[in-house]
Amino acid sequence: MISGISIYELLTVTSILFFIGIYGFITRKNLISILMSIELILNASVINFVIINKYLYPDMLQGVIFSIFIIAVAAAETALAVSIIINLYRQINSVEVKDTEMMKY
Amino acid sequence: MEKYIFYILSFIIIVFAMASVTSRKMLRSVIYLLFVLCGIAGLYFLIDYNFLAAIQLTVYAGGIIVLIIFSVILVHHIEMELEIAKTSKQLLVGLSCLVGLGVFLTTIYAHDFNVVQNYNTITTSDIGMKLLSYEAGGFILPFEVISILLLAAMIGAIIIAKGKKLSIKNDETV
Repeated sequence: MISGISIYELLTVTSILFFIGIYGFITRKNLISILMSIELILNASVINFVIINKYLYPDMLQGVIFSIFIIAVAAAETALAVSIIINLYRQINSVEVKDTEMMKY
Repeated sequence: MEKYIFYILSFIIIVFAMASVTSRKMLRSVIYLLFVLCGIAGLYFLIDYNFLAAIQLTVYAGGIIVLIIFSVILVHHIEMELEIAKTSKQLLVGLSCLVGLGVFLTTIYAHDFNVVQNYNTITTSDIGMKLLSYEAGGFILPFEVISILLLAAMIGAIIIAKGKKLSIKNDETV
């Protein structure tokens, strides 16, 4: 618990981070940039888990353990996404979203 | 004192997140993301979860950033500038994000959380015992599931990343 900082200020910071991530997710046109925006969104949710555990239920550990699980799943997702992007670049020489129509039909 | 550190950290996080989302050079955008992740690790240190901060620094700032930098270098020319969305679309998305942020903040500030005041630190051994306990409320089953998931994702990533070459080799042997 940070002295002098209430839970509202921390939740404000994470909300702003979450919406910056959503903005990037919609406006960027590159697969790697979209992956980075997803990282921002996941990080905002992880901070929320940890803060709510710390401020509201300090005797429990569920928030910390779920955030560890989220970080592990994010690592697995990033590894798979990077391999898919590299494979795609080999086949169509581009990582733009508008060129990615192999699985369209 | 901690208050000012928190304000500095949140300023760093928000400014570099915006820079990372709007920068037109790919590699710079990744480096801004690295600053954001380090700031988040500082936030964890500030609320006294040292283990989680260490995980954040090693897995995110060490592992994921290096993976993304590798993929950027493999895929892009360094000097190439990104194609950016139309200004009207950017304005529309930014406006709707601001509206969503307003809804979130009004909901958060309208709700009064009953914050507990007592204060105890959590050690790493507590987290380890909780992760490996098989009594009620223990997390041994999700722990095993996530280790299988990591193994499967690693094998899948290797197979997907070298899929094309394998098929060519098969064609040659046939």
